[in-house]
Order: sequence, then C-alpha cells, then structure tokens
Amino acid sequence: MSLLAQLAADTTQFQVTGSLGSIGYGLAAIGPGIGIGIIFGQGVQAIARQPEAYGVIRQNMILGFALTEALALIGFVAPFVFGK
Amino acid sequence: MSGDVLLASAAESGCHLVPWGGAAQCGFPAPDTTIFDFNTLWQFTIAGITFHVTKPMLILWIVAIAVVVFFVLAFRKAKVVPGNMQGISEYGYLFVRDGIARDTIGKEGDKFVPLLFTSFFFIWVLNFVGVLPFFQIPTTSRFAIPVSFALLIYILWVPLGVKRQGAGAFFKGMTMPKDVPAAMYVLLIPIEILSNFIVRPFTHAVRLFANMFAGHLLIVTFSVATWYLFSPSVIGMLGSAASFTVTVGLTGFEMLIQALQAYVFTLLAAVYINDAVHAH
Repeated sequence: MSLLAQLAADTTQFQVTGSLGSIGYGLAAIGPGIGIGIIFGQGVQAIARQPEAYGVIRQNMILGFALTEALALIGFVAPFVFGK
Repeated sequence: MSGDVLLASAAESGCHLVPWGGAAQCGFPAPDTTIFDFNTLWQFTIAGITFHVTKPMLILWIVAIAVVVFFVLAFRKAKVVPGNMQGISEYGYLFVRDGIARDTIGKEGDKFVPLLFTSFFFIWVLNFVGVLPFFQIPTTSRFAIPVSFALLIYILWVPLGVKRQGAGAFFKGMTMPKDVPAAMYVLLIPIEILSNFIVRPFTHAVRLFANMFAGHLLIVTFSVATWYLFSPSVIGMLGSAASFTVTVGLTGFEMLIQALQAYVFTLLAAVYINDAVHAH
C-alpha cells in the first residue's frame, strides 16, 4: 500500500485536538505580517531618502501599522471569545 | 484560576517540572484568560444596582487621581523658566499638540488638545501599571475600559461631523468616495458604512485591549515558566534562568508597546476627529 493510501486509511489517527483558534490566529497573522513588513520597509526607505520629513513619515508609518495590526489582533482575540 | 489564586499558588505551590522538596510533579500550569478575573474587594449598592469594585477598578481610580495630581502640581505655579516637573509636562504637552493635534487636524486641532492630552497620558499610565510592582495588571486589558474610551471618541466625532458639515454632506463624505464610477457605489457604500461606522470604533477599542491583553499573558506565561522550571538541577537552573531573562526582556518590550499603543489610540482619535472637522 502506498503511503498516501495508508494515510487515508488511518485518518482517525490524525485528529486535531486542542483549540482550532491557535490555527486561526496563525492564519490571521499572515496578512498583517506581510503588511507590517511592507509598511516599515517602505517607511525606512522613505526616511533614508528624505530624512528631513522624518516626523510626517513616522506618524503615517505608525498609523498604517496600527490599522494593519488590528486584523492580527482580532485573530488573536477571537479564539478566546468563541473558544469556549 | 483567577489572578488572585494564581498569585497565591505561585507563592506556595511546589509544582515543578522536576519535583524536589517533597512536591509532586505536574504538567505546566499554563495561565489562561481567567488571570484577568479578580475577586470583589468591596461592593456597594446605589439605586438597586450593586457595584463590585475589583483590583482593575481600584487601579483606574488611583491612576485617574495620580495623573490629575501630577499635572496640577506641575502647572499650578507655572514659571517662564520651567523647573523639572513643569519641563517634563510641557514637553508632553508639546508632543501631543504639535505631534498629534496640529499634524493631524491642523490649526483647528488646538481645540481638541485637552481631550487628546488627557487621553494619551491617562491611557499610557493605565497601560504602564501592568509592569509596575504591586499593580501588575494593565487596566486596559479589561475590555470594558478601552470600549468606554472608544465609545467616548465615537460619540464625539460623529455628532461633531454632523454639526460641522451638516448631516447630508458628512455622511456622503464618509460613505461615498469621490472619483469613482457610479456603478461602484452599489458595492462601495455598504463597505464604507461597515468600515467607517461599525468596524472603526470596534478596532479602536480592540487594538488597545488586545495589545495589553497579549502582552500581559506573555509576561505571565514566562513568569510561571520561571517558577515551574526551577529546581536544583542543571536543566532546572538553565531553563529557569532562560525564562527569567525572557520575562525581563518582555517587560522592557511591553513598556515600549504601552507607550506606542497610547500614542496610536490618541493618534486615531485625532484622525477620526479630523474626518468630522474637515470634509473629504
């Protein structure tokens, strides 16, 4: 029997136990993770190109970071709210 | 396990990975959300409603009084050449006025500086008590508190927008972005209503709450691990020391996040007020 067929036959052995919320959080963190990377990467580039605009760039950077981060945080809180 | 119970059990229990001193071995007592629940310290009844005062509530009052007393003392006898306390307070004031109010709202922002200034320093200190010995619970990690702050901002900026721009112009500006093909409005208006009037206040509160909640949970997890791994053996010493180092590092990181989240909350409040004051 091939390995795949064996896996298919023994599916009951691969039950997931514990909270699915942790997987949900992992999924929720992908998008904001990429987004925050882009925001700070571009922000640092902008500051390097135009150091005199540091104040405005930093403010907008943190604003963008806060808006993006909210998605990950909702993903973090949801398992606690709906987990029980 | 409530916060009080966790504290008591950490002080006396002999729950370790490697049992020693006659204690039993047990699994890792991972802290869960119940560490944010506290016993009622004092309760009183007004008009048939019973109020339960818990540790976060008590901290809320103490912080409110402390912040008021600090700034009254700092500005009571304001001098042209400021002393230490007045100097620090003026620096904080200028940070909020120039960095948040004027940069975001513009010239009109000066009117909102008292609100933004109070919001920034009150929330910062409420967050900061999370790493302060004996307090050790960020008050904003109780969801009701950020919710009430976010609601306060929400019921400020929506009526303000209606008052400044008129109901029609304000809601049109908030829900119908300009320079978009007319057919797109079928899709855009529901999305804009959802994002500007429902998701916006919700994320405003959740952002502050979840950051403080997650940070506190992390610090507690590693503090518990420090005690759990501790035993007079090589693995116990190394594991415990590593967990303790992480706890100290996380405490430093948390202090950064606390200030950042207070800033973000205030900045977003200013952005929302700007939406009300200036048409899109």
